[in-house]
Amino acid sequence: MPKQIDRDEVRRLLDGGAQLAEVLPSPEYEEDHLPGALHLPLRHVEERAADLLERSRQIVVYCWDAA
Amino acid sequence: MSPRAAWRLESLGFGDVYDYVAGKLDWMAAGLPTEGTNAQRPRAADVARKDVPLCGLKERLGDVRDRVRAQGWDAAVVVNEDRVVLGLLRTAELEKDPAQLIEQAMRPGPSTFRPFVSIHEMGHFMVEHKLENAPITTSDGRLVGLLLKQDVVSQPADVS
Repeated sequence: MPKQIDRDEVRRLLDGGAQLAEVLPSPEYEEDHLPGALHLPLRHVEERAADLLERSRQIVVYCWDAA
Repeated sequence: MSPRAAWRLESLGFGDVYDYVAGKLDWMAAGLPTEGTNAQRPRAADVARKDVPLCGLKERLGDVRDRVRAQGWDAAVVVNEDRVVLGLLRTAELEKDPAQLIEQAMRPGPSTFRPFVSIHEMGHFMVEHKLENAPITTSDGRLVGLLLKQDVVSQPADVS
């Protein structure tokens, strides 16, 4: 079950080497994304995840907000 | 959207997946850096004056006014010990009875704006609402600086 985390936990995980992925569509990612975030749009998770992400590392995903 | 992505990743065999539910809005509202095309454009936090005079609730207005004017300002932000914005002193408030305490004289609960808002957007808002200045705060209410309309309108137009 994916774990819900806050900003402090995101920073802690990133400091520990976690991967970060934004799941919003292209324009939003290109305008602003968190430093170092990969682009993994929700609609392309199935086809791109295996190439973009390492299974052995923690993965943090985010979109715009909780809405 | 991110919960669905997190669940889908787990179903694809990724075992250690975390969902930053508050997302990019929360990150940017905290004034943290981003990458991307917008990162090069000026935002409220870039232009806000960080040297705006500050004061506390229990100070006397006359003392604060003298200090503020000596620094060449006609505004001050009322904050607590954690720099959380509690009020604002604009010209009208600074002209009140100098014997008043700041908590009596200040404009309480002023509208605040987040650090990531574009200067272009802030300019429109400040002109439309006749705001001479606007406090820029992080999402937890801490002061980043005071944005002055004169600084906003002097910024080059966004050409995109």
